[in-house]
Amino acid sequence: MTAAVQTDMARQPVLEMRHISKTFGAIRALQDVSLTVHAGELHALMGENGAGKSTLMKVLSGAYRPDAGGEILIDGIAAATGDPIKARAHGIAVIYQELSLAPNLTVAQNIFLGNEPRRFGVVDRDQCNRRAKEIIARLSVSFSARALVSSLSLGERQLVEIARALSTSARIIVMDEPTTSLTSRETDRLFEVIATLKSQGIAIIYISHRMEEVYQLADRVSVLRDSGYVGTLDRADLNASRLVSMMVGRDLSAFYKKDHRPPDSKRAVALSVRGMSDGNLLKDCSFDLHKGEVLALAGLVGSGRTELARLIFGADKRTAGTLELDGKPISIGSPREALDAGIAYLTEDRKELGLFLDMSIADNVNFGVLAKDAKAGGLRDFATAERRAAKAVSDLAIRTRSVQANAGSLSGGNQQKVLLARLLETEPKVLILDEPTRGVDVGAKSEIYRLIDNLANKGIAILMISSELPEVIGVADRVLVMRDGTIAGEVTASEGAPLSQEKIMEFATGAAQP
Amino acid sequence: MTDRATGITSGGDQAVVRSRRLRTAFAALGMLPVLVLLAAGFQFINPRFLTQTNLLIVTQQSSINIVLAAGMTFVILTGGIDLSVGSILAASAMVAVIVSLVPEWGMLGVPAAILVGLGFGLIINGLLVAYIKLPPFIVTLGSLTAVRGVARLLGQDTTVFNSDLPFDFIGNGSLFGIPWLAIIALSVVVLSWLVLKRTVLGTWIYAVGGNAEAARLTGIKVPLVLLFVYGVSGLLAGLGGAMSAARLYAANGLQLGQSYELDAIAAVILGGTSFVGGVGSIWGTLIGGLIIAVLSNGLILAGVSDIWQYIIKGLVIIVAVALDRYRLQTGART
Repeated sequence: MTAAVQTDMARQPVLEMRHISKTFGAIRALQDVSLTVHAGELHALMGENGAGKSTLMKVLSGAYRPDAGGEILIDGIAAATGDPIKARAHGIAVIYQELSLAPNLTVAQNIFLGNEPRRFGVVDRDQCNRRAKEIIARLSVSFSARALVSSLSLGERQLVEIARALSTSARIIVMDEPTTSLTSRETDRLFEVIATLKSQGIAIIYISHRMEEVYQLADRVSVLRDSGYVGTLDRADLNASRLVSMMVGRDLSAFYKKDHRPPDSKRAVALSVRGMSDGNLLKDCSFDLHKGEVLALAGLVGSGRTELARLIFGADKRTAGTLELDGKPISIGSPREALDAGIAYLTEDRKELGLFLDMSIADNVNFGVLAKDAKAGGLRDFATAERRAAKAVSDLAIRTRSVQANAGSLSGGNQQKVLLARLLETEPKVLILDEPTRGVDVGAKSEIYRLIDNLANKGIAILMISSELPEVIGVADRVLVMRDGTIAGEVTASEGAPLSQEKIMEFATGAAQP
Repeated sequence: MTDRATGITSGGDQAVVRSRRLRTAFAALGMLPVLVLLAAGFQFINPRFLTQTNLLIVTQQSSINIVLAAGMTFVILTGGIDLSVGSILAASAMVAVIVSLVPEWGMLGVPAAILVGLGFGLIINGLLVAYIKLPPFIVTLGSLTAVRGVARLLGQDTTVFNSDLPFDFIGNGSLFGIPWLAIIALSVVVLSWLVLKRTVLGTWIYAVGGNAEAARLTGIKVPLVLLFVYGVSGLLAGLGGAMSAARLYAANGLQLGQSYELDAIAAVILGGTSFVGGVGSIWGTLIGGLIIAVLSNGLILAGVSDIWQYIIKGLVIIVAVALDRYRLQTGART
């Protein structure tokens, strides 16, 4: 045990979770997990998806009651468990990934939603606005308490959530992947707010998959694996390989895999995009995608990467632009036509736009080929569907008890593999992957990288959108950087020199002109 | 919950298949105990309830609603609603009787009614919902009123009769002792099951209801699926019109089919089909329709006044669905 932790131990921790276990029927979601958090500390919680982080936080917030033997101590005093209202009264606030604000109400109204200051039995608007203003001032943000939430960016909405937590005098704030949908500027803003909160003595439990963030912010890091507690590292002891091996329980020497040959000019062009515009954000985007190439589309959130991908796939209407596939002009007006032509698209939002969570894995895998496989009279061919699904489960190592299980029952990484399997069943020539590893745990990430590598080796042209620069550098052969709806520049690997992270950022932020 | 076991084992596979089947059966038949309890209760109050004669009456009374509810199941599975089925039934019944009066060609009343229903479903509801992308509630609320007007127009706002209806066996005849009405209703249910569970189109219907945007990105032609379900609902309302005309030898554009849409929706919801779409089954709808018919019939046999019948029916529907939701929430879902 390090000296720093020992001095911490001298103080009374604001939160102690001791021997927390939680079982659902036969499934053990948490096994004897303990966690100690001090006032003013940022305690990062890491682990693969399904490791038990969310369950632990649900026990903390009172959504779940821990099994007998587990206890939660606030300021050293045992607190009631399994009661969300009492947990809130103890100063525990959780800010979820899915923001839970009412967009049609003002910032002040949202902050006090369900907890409005009253006078003579009616909502006291003046007091509401005044107190909201005070809380917002503590966060030193730019928007007004009277602004409509719908007019705020995602990052600003997150700050409203934090303000809401502060309005209930929260002393322990749980943030679950707070930067997932933020731009880099908004992320910086959030980090400033986090520093302010810490200086005010508020403890923060920070769940994240992003190593850089944890390095930057964490005072201590606790790791969960397979529903159990693995260990806690002090800031001084943090290092990447140790963290990763704690999370996955094995050494990840070859995390990124890039076996396929770097692009050469002789390679045939698979997809040629010319002058794509959507009359809104996108202006005159042109590029070539070669066979067997992994081309990354980098850029900041909001730069138009997803919009461009959706335009190519026919999901949105374009106002100008042409496509050529294997040298022949093609006209694509709908996703159906794109799939028929051999272009498949993996959405960035698998739960909202990809999977059918209430349907079986087998149905989800087979959606692209249902009509092709159908027997006379449009009858389903269940045997073929089952066979395809079973093969996908074994090829992609989808962890499930059965292909008949609901897609919604899978963890994030396995859901993503199901979606990938669906695309691969259509035997695409061009594969557009939009944030293929978002919300996916470390183990599944490396499996997806390996899959991308294999597909490229088979000659499939891959266009990969990614917000994670290490992933772009590690997986792509060539990088296009977008900014403000245009393609701002291209970054290629030259003799001996790998793709340059700095160069990509320069194009993305506008610091460099092509 | 993540299953950490790698790969699949045949034992696990079978277990999941079994539990999945069990769950589907449970969801579909979840209301079966309610039906049995109701029947037992009514039998206790009035021993005439469980007689062959009375049960035949119940199946006859429920059959038209079950046909409408089958169509409604398609629509609600896509997350939509069809409020116009009662009005379409009235218009189709008018057409059935009017055509039946044409000498020699009277039998054409049945296909004419079905075609009229299909036309309303496809051209008004289907096109407006699928291609103009208007909300189904608004569109079918409009056609509920407009088609009612058409039904009245068809008979110059009078009742049309045909005491010598050429297809009256549909409404009053039997085959091997089973009323034709019941045979038709059961056939519609079986056909619906075939379409929903055994065809590609059926899988698409569930997908559109589960997640319409995901369905579009998967390459499903969502507008065509919507056109189909509103077409089916209209067609079955047309069939219901023919059944109704055959039973009554008459049709009245003003009164016939009033608030039938509500009974049809109630049957679907009682059957466990989710109002937001994507989850449900036609067998559930069949049981839901039977519950409504048993309630109506049993309350009459029990001597309950007309006014109290309404109140009790409404409460039973609410309580039954509330119990069902409670059961599903506390069920195996983790």
